[in-house]
Amino acid sequence: MQVELVSPERILFSGEAEMVILRAAGGDIAFLENHAPFLGAVDIGVVRIIGSGQSEERAAVHGGFVEVRDNRVIILSDVAELASQVDVERAREAQRRAEEQMRGEHDAECDAALRRAHVRLEVVNG
Amino acid sequence: MAGGKERVLRRRIKSVESTKKITRAMELISASRIVKAQQRVAAARPYSEQITEVIRNLARGGAGKSHALLSERDTINKVGFVVIAADRGLAGGYNSTVIRAAERSLKEHQAQGRDYSLMLVGKKAADYFRFRGYRVDAVFTGMTDQPRYEDARQVADEVMRRFAEGDVDLVELAYTQFLSLGTQHVRVRRFVPIEAAAITEENRTDGPESDYEFEPEPDAILDKLLPRYAEARLFAAMLDASASEHAARQRAMKSATDNAEELITVLQRSMNRARQEAITTEISEIVGGAEALAKARSGGEDLLIDRTFAADLLPSHQGVVDR
Repeated sequence: MQVELVSPERILFSGEAEMVILRAAGGDIAFLENHAPFLGAVDIGVVRIIGSGQSEERAAVHGGFVEVRDNRVIILSDVAELASQVDVERAREAQRRAEEQMRGEHDAECDAALRRAHVRLEVVNG
Repeated sequence: MAGGKERVLRRRIKSVESTKKITRAMELISASRIVKAQQRVAAARPYSEQITEVIRNLARGGAGKSHALLSERDTINKVGFVVIAADRGLAGGYNSTVIRAAERSLKEHQAQGRDYSLMLVGKKAADYFRFRGYRVDAVFTGMTDQPRYEDARQVADEVMRRFAEGDVDLVELAYTQFLSLGTQHVRVRRFVPIEAAAITEENRTDGPESDYEFEPEPDAILDKLLPRYAEARLFAAMLDASASEHAARQRAMKSATDNAEELITVLQRSMNRARQEAITTEISEIVGGAEALAKARSGGEDLLIDRTFAADLLPSHQGVVDR
C-alpha cells in the first residue's frame, strides 16, 4: 500500500509499505493492506512505516491526522521529523529543560514539550 | 575652470555605476529566491490539498454543521484584516498595491458602520497604516522573506484568538497571489469564518461511499482540524506573497539596472563632449597665448602667417619669405 507522510512544508515520506503503526487518539493502531477507510487524529508519538523486507522508516510526529482509503495511508502532521533529521543534541537539551520545569509548577505546554522531546529521542534510539 | 564640468560628470558616473552594482546584485538575489519560493509553494500544496480532502470527508461523515469556525455571525460589528506585505521596499509597487487593496476594503466596511482590527505581516504594511493614524492591533515582522510554517501558525493563532473571543466577527486576508513570473494578483479574501462552500463545493456523489471509521468522533477531529486548515491556508498565502515579493523586486531591480546603464551611456557621452570641449578650449588658449607672446616679442608681425606656416608649407619660397 502507498504511504505518505506530509508536512506543510514538504512531503517527508512517500512510498510503498506493508504496515504503518502510529499512535491514534485511542491508542496505538496498525494499518495493513486493505484496511477499511479510517479517519483519525494522530497523537504525539512515533510513526513506524514498515516496508517489505523489514525495512523501517521512523518519524517523530507531534500531532496530526491520518486518512486511510483505497490502500493509501496519508498522514498529515504540521510538525514531523524523520529519524534521520532529528537533532539529538537539541532534543536532549529540550528534554533537560522540560524536566527541570516539571519540578516546579508545570502546565500543559511544558508537558507537551517533554513528550515531544521524548518522542524525538525515541525515534532515534528505537 | 576648464575640466570642472568633466570632473562633476565623472563623479556622477561613478556613483551611478556603484548604484548599478547594488541593483544588479539585488536582481540576481531575487531571481534565485523566486525559484526557491516557487518550490516552496509547490511543496506546500500536497498538505493543503490533503487537509481539504480530509475536511470534505468529515463533512460527508456529518461533522461540522455548527462549528464556530464555519458558522457566520448574524451581525458583524468588527472586521479583522490580515495584510501580507513585505519588510523591505525596493520591490516596485508590490507593497503599495496590496496595502491599498486592503485599505479600500477596510473603508468599504467602515462605510457600513463596522469597526476594524489590523493584523499586519511585514514592516511596510505596519509603517503605512501607522503613519496614516490607523489603530494597529498586531504586527508580525521578519517572516515574509522565507515564511516558515511556524510563522503562519503564529499569525493564525492571533487571528483565531480574536475571532474566538468575539473581538472580530469576520477576518479578511489581503495578499498577493503568485500566478507566474510575470503575473501576480492582489487578492482580498475571507479568511474566517471558513467558507463552508469552499470545502464542500465538490461534494461529489459519484465517488465511493465513504464509510469511514472515525477515531475520535468526526466533530472532535474537525475541532482539531479546522485550525490546522486555517493555518495551512495562511501559510499558502504567505508563500505566495513571498514568491510575489521576490518577483516584484527582481523586476524593479532589473529596470533600475537598465536605467542605470542608460544613464551611464548618456552621462558618458556628455562627459566625452565636455572633455573634448575642454581640450579644444585649452589648445586654442595655448595657441592664442603663444601667438600673443610672439607678437609682443617680434613687434607686430603675425607669427602664424608670417613665420611658421609660410616656411613650412612653402619651402620653395623660403628664400623669398625669409628675411
